[in-house]
This record gives sequence, C-alpha cells and structure tokens, in this order.
Amino acid sequence: MKFKNNTVTLDVIDLKILEALQEDARQTYTAIGKSLGIAHSTVYDRIKRMERHKIIKKYTAIINAEKAGAKNITAIMTVFTDPKESEKVAEKLCKAPQILEVYTSLSEELLIIAKVVAENQESLHTFIANSVAPLSGVLRIRTSMVTKKFKETQFSITNNPKKLTFIKETYNKIGEDRH
Amino acid sequence: MNSRILRTLPREKAFYFFTSIGNYTGESATSLKEFTDKINEVNEKSLEFHFYRGDFEKWIVEVLEDKDLAEYVRKLRGQGLTGDELRIQLYTTISKRYNNLTSQI
Repeated sequence: MKFKNNTVTLDVIDLKILEALQEDARQTYTAIGKSLGIAHSTVYDRIKRMERHKIIKKYTAIINAEKAGAKNITAIMTVFTDPKESEKVAEKLCKAPQILEVYTSLSEELLIIAKVVAENQESLHTFIANSVAPLSGVLRIRTSMVTKKFKETQFSITNNPKKLTFIKETYNKIGEDRH
Repeated sequence: MNSRILRTLPREKAFYFFTSIGNYTGESATSLKEFTDKINEVNEKSLEFHFYRGDFEKWIVEVLEDKDLAEYVRKLRGQGLTGDELRIQLYTTISKRYNNLTSQI
C-alpha cells in the first residue's frame, strides 16, 4: 500500500487479501497467508492498515431474507425531482428504514433511484403516498415491483474482469519469480 | 364546521393522485376546492385507481372531516362507473357539495 497526494494505492498483495476477505471474511490471517504464500503477520498488518484507512469499511453478514422468514416485496422507485431540491429529497429518503439504497442519476431529468422493501403492496403504497410524495421537490414517482431476482451481489474487486486478470497475472508472475 | 371542511391543509395532509401502486402523477390537492378542480384534470386511470380503492372517501372523512361528502362518493361506487362517466359523476357530486358549503358561510 502506497500513499501519494493523500490517496492510497493498493498493491497486488493488498488486492488479493481483499479478494480473499470478500470471499470469506471469517477466514483467519493464517489461512489467508497460506493461500497467498505470505506470512500471517503480513496479512494482519495489511488488513489493519486497510481498516484504518477505511478501505475495509466493515465486516457484515449477508442474510438470506427468505430463509429468515421475511416475506417482503422489493420495488425500484424512480423519483423525479426539482433539481434544486434533489439533494434534500435524497437525504430524507436515506433516513427511511424501508429504503435500502438511494442514488441520484441524470438522464433527461434529474432522478433519484431507490430500492424499497415493504411487507406488501399496500404498505409500499402507503409509505410512498405518505412519506415520499409529500416531500418538497418531488415532481412525480414511478415504481416498479421486482418480480424475480436473478443476481444480487456487493461490489467486489473481482467485479472488474480486467483488474482481476491483472491481479492474477501479476501474482502468478510473483509466484514464478519466487520459485 | 363548514369552514373547517373548506380549510387549506398542510402539504403532508394533501391528497396525492397515483395511477397505480407507487406511481405518483405529481398532482395533489390541499383543499376541497383544489380537490374538485383536480378531479377534472387528472387522468382517468388515477380516478379509477383511487375510486375503487376507497381512497377518496377515506381522505374526505379522515382529513377533510366531511362525513356527508364521503357518503355521497361511497354511494357512487355501486354504479360501476369508469372513464369520463366516472369523472363527470365525481365532479358533479363533489362540486355540488363544495358550492353548498361555500354558500352557507
């Protein structure tokens, strides 16, 4: 890990450690070290440094909501807003526990896109009618109900195929040089 | 009592017109006067959506606190009205009530 102009640059080993943690954050420093061919103390030092610099934000559990008994519906809500009020609307949406993700987006108009969960269609409608439509700056709302989930994942360094190839190639080269 | 029904409401108490679950048209009404006008303006899909869910009479009784008008609107539901016919009947019923209330002040 290198620092330049207050920005952190990760090296190949850092990226491999992150990749390992994203696959299984509960594995030990020793296990990670073993799989990467480096000392567990190196793994420890690098993880601690990445935690300090908020590169690793937190460790969390990914819950299978269906198996946990939650029978929620998910919807994608597109909120068309007055550009002057857009930030405020987005901030207010962030405070609602029903809203899981909030993004602003610019197409022909300024939009806020939010992922919402609710117990059923009626509670979804009540929430949008009572808590979103009345917000100052909301011009109109389009909501699409999710009917089937094909993929859901967190951002991973492995999501970038080019970077992953680079990591793998470079790491293999390091391995070859070692032998 | 009449002036209470005719008052202007805060934004959070307004009636918000949707066309289906979660799809807000951008139209709202913060008083009986504005509500009457919007009945003439919003698209038919929105009128049908709220009418058959009972949203209009719910708002009229719970927010405007006008039990009589809520009952008039509820009675229309049995007629199976749709489209322009629904708009005309709703507008006639609500505007008649509005005119009665204003004439008594």
